[in-house]
Amino acid sequence: MMNIFGFRLSASSAIDMDKVDRTLFDKLCAEEPDARRCMSCGSCSATCPAGEFTGMSVRKVLHNLQRGKEREALKMVSSCMLCGKCNMVCPRGINTRHLILSVCRIYKTEESR
Amino acid sequence: MNEIVVIIGGGIAGMEAAAQLLKLGHSPIIIEKSDRLGGHVGKWNMLFPDLTPAKKVVDELADSCRDANIFLNTEISSLNRLKDRYNLMLSNGISISTKYILFATGFNMFPAQKKEEYGYGIYDHVVTNADLEHWMNGNADKRMDTSGMKTIGFVHCVGSRDEKARNPQCSKVCCITAIKQAIELKNMYPDAQIYCFYMDLRLFGKKFEDFYTKAQRDHGIHFIRGRVSEVSEAMDGRLVVKAEDTLIGKPLKVSVDLLVLMAGMACNPDSEKIASQIALPIDTDGFLKSSDNIIHITSSAKKGVFYAGACTGPKTVPETLAEARSAALDIHTAIIKER
Repeated sequence: MMNIFGFRLSASSAIDMDKVDRTLFDKLCAEEPDARRCMSCGSCSATCPAGEFTGMSVRKVLHNLQRGKEREALKMVSSCMLCGKCNMVCPRGINTRHLILSVCRIYKTEESR
Repeated sequence: MNEIVVIIGGGIAGMEAAAQLLKLGHSPIIIEKSDRLGGHVGKWNMLFPDLTPAKKVVDELADSCRDANIFLNTEISSLNRLKDRYNLMLSNGISISTKYILFATGFNMFPAQKKEEYGYGIYDHVVTNADLEHWMNGNADKRMDTSGMKTIGFVHCVGSRDEKARNPQCSKVCCITAIKQAIELKNMYPDAQIYCFYMDLRLFGKKFEDFYTKAQRDHGIHFIRGRVSEVSEAMDGRLVVKAEDTLIGKPLKVSVDLLVLMAGMACNPDSEKIASQIALPIDTDGFLKSSDNIIHITSSAKKGVFYAGACTGPKTVPETLAEARSAALDIHTAIIKER
């Protein structure tokens, strides 16, 4: 679109639940039922060595995926070093490391199609 | 003839039930394993939300049940059922035959050292909610360095809502206890900065919300939504607490001079030990299983066996007392019916 007015309309950053496609998240949950058990306590993000520099956060990845923000989620996941610290601190015992690998596999193969 | 009712546990539930049964003309026998009545509440200093002295509550209850038969330092060696009666062998050699048993066996404090990442028993200035009450009761505690109390941290849900620690339930009273203790410490050290690390603030009871508002508005206590992931000791002996501020979405750290762990309520393994002898069902959380969780909380699966208080799950003091009265009434009704 031509920018004849000297300003641009930026895309809305609001979450539109009506437009969220749940197919991939449901697929993820079928393989990783723990994806729905996060209570957002933040233990994973607090202990994440990558989080301080890159904004990586397992909690946020799960949130973003459920709100249709796949791109943000995958950007975060790409900073993960798979060290497994989040796995150790999760009070619900979610196997976060395995979960992250599944997110990569399910979402990235879909993206490359 | 007066009907004997055996009450297992001399905490607030046992005492209140005994007092009510006495009033209704029965003969309660309290069996308490420790050397005093009062249980956990007896070790507390002040009770939320009105800062009622715990001693006042316990003394009043102890006075109202003083005519009951009370065995201190006594445990149950064995319990079995014979037709419609229960036979109890006590550790002091006495045996009792009764038709009615009330479990008032309460809970155990979650052992905070199990959460090794919080450093209880490892670092110098980490205490539990119970330690703090003990100290407020005038007992010395070398972990409490009163000269340098500039920053204090409270960790909610220590061992509560923690499936890895095998204590998945919410302990119900820690949120409000943390707020109470934070206000008390703020009153003692007005210049101190106090941080409460919580996952969800569950302030369901009467006056609890007022207490929370007071903590924020009048005392400037900081509430940070994030579970503490680890604590380490710095060179100068201060504690570095790490969590995620989940509302901002950024990792956060703060150095504190004292860290208070809100150890939760766990089931009392003694309850299960006794209950299993007459095949009473245990719930998935390890607490005793009521015959239903809405209208028959004080009833068990066995005739003549009743429950009161935290033996069926975390409860506040008023809830426990209400259940004790309710169980006493259930027992009374059962006795009348049998006559």
